[in-house]
Amino acid sequence: MSGLLNTSIARKIAMALSGLFLIIFLTQHFVINFTSVVSPENFNEISHFMGTNALVQFLLQPVLIFGVVFHFVMGFALELKNRQARNAKYAMYKGSANASWVSRNMIISGMVVLAFLGLHFYDFWVPEMVYKYIEFNPEDPARYFPELVHKFESPVRTGIYVVSFALLALHLWHGFQSAFQTMGVNNKYTPAIKTLGKTFAVVIPFGFVFIALFHHFNQF
Amino acid sequence: MNLKLKIWRQKDADSAGKMVDYEISDVSPDMSFLEMLDVLNEDLIAKGDDPVEFDHDCREGICGACSLQINGEPHGPDRGVTTCQLHMRKFKDGDTIYIEPFRAKAFPVVKDLIVDRSSFDRIQQAGGYISVNTSGNTIDANAIPVNKHDADKAFDAATCIGCGACVAACKNASAMLFTSAKVSQFALLPQGQVEATDRVMNMVRQMDLEGFGNCTNTGACEIECPKGISLENIARMNREYLAASLKG
Repeated sequence: MSGLLNTSIARKIAMALSGLFLIIFLTQHFVINFTSVVSPENFNEISHFMGTNALVQFLLQPVLIFGVVFHFVMGFALELKNRQARNAKYAMYKGSANASWVSRNMIISGMVVLAFLGLHFYDFWVPEMVYKYIEFNPEDPARYFPELVHKFESPVRTGIYVVSFALLALHLWHGFQSAFQTMGVNNKYTPAIKTLGKTFAVVIPFGFVFIALFHHFNQF
Repeated sequence: MNLKLKIWRQKDADSAGKMVDYEISDVSPDMSFLEMLDVLNEDLIAKGDDPVEFDHDCREGICGACSLQINGEPHGPDRGVTTCQLHMRKFKDGDTIYIEPFRAKAFPVVKDLIVDRSSFDRIQQAGGYISVNTSGNTIDANAIPVNKHDADKAFDAATCIGCGACVAACKNASAMLFTSAKVSQFALLPQGQVEATDRVMNMVRQMDLEGFGNCTNTGACEIECPKGISLENIARMNREYLAASLKG
């Protein structure tokens, strides 16, 4: 296979594939988190499985981290190259006349989501790694739900989550259907893909917002 | 009507340019945009100033020579037209109109509003052709059956006039709509299959070498294209590229 990542289209296809991979991850993450609203016991059970299963921990987790890092690094690399392609700016440029704000500002929504991921890793992933692989604490299958609820005590942190997921919604609003276009899918199914993408962009991020607000307000 | 014009003036490719203010009066709403510039130039010449240089040729929307970023949009605010087909009735008395060259690293300014679009020619030369035996055993193109749907799509792609509005409109100065139209017009036809693999690889490589940006699917190019070239062509080019990559 020639042309691996050395042309604009190859880089775009890699970007689309990593984006679609992250969309799949986001879906399963949402489904698991949503169980915390319905059944704390089920949430603990699933989280315990995900936190202790060797396949998840030592294969899927590194693949996921690679996917996230790749998507962001490639996103920045493409943005840099795109900025270089217009070395002199227009005195007047009416971008809104022919393209939506979300499609023109994927780098902004992406950077907010990246900043959020930093907080998210600090909140959940780092303590989890310390708990399991540095302090070697004994596994407690019932610890996950209280840990989750505790994180949403702070109104500031909950607010940051809400804003970040709103930006993720904007990112997905364009990104979902854009990934299919990049993969060469533009046919009679495209209107359905666009509708599915916009539905996904609303349901999943605002589903996460609902979970955060549910646990925040349930504590009072 | 009376108008204020802000026009990019640049002596040559090596000089720095700047926006210069002009005023023009008694503009007829029936004039084309280029005719309005002709009148301005006559005034400038009469005053002993340098006329504003701009590209034009057929003045009927088929050659792709006229360019111009007008009030922030390639070919101005109208849809499906080139600058020569834009009429002054689209503006109001007292309007201020920004007139700039198409901006892209791969479209360097030659003088004033004229840019060098030969990067498009080099993309064409890299693969925008088919091999046909013309020495004694020529096959009539009409003897090769072509599906009507494919013929229509190929014709739609072939209506690209290579004006560069797609590049000018794209926030990334990407040339993927142009390149994909030139790939598609052959990819859809039986005559284009012989060089299909090399064509897409070579044209994309040349497009990258010229310094155009990457497509981020904003769709601005499709909206601003005077010939209505569809984003379907970019998806087709991506498929062609994927297939060619897998063939090796």
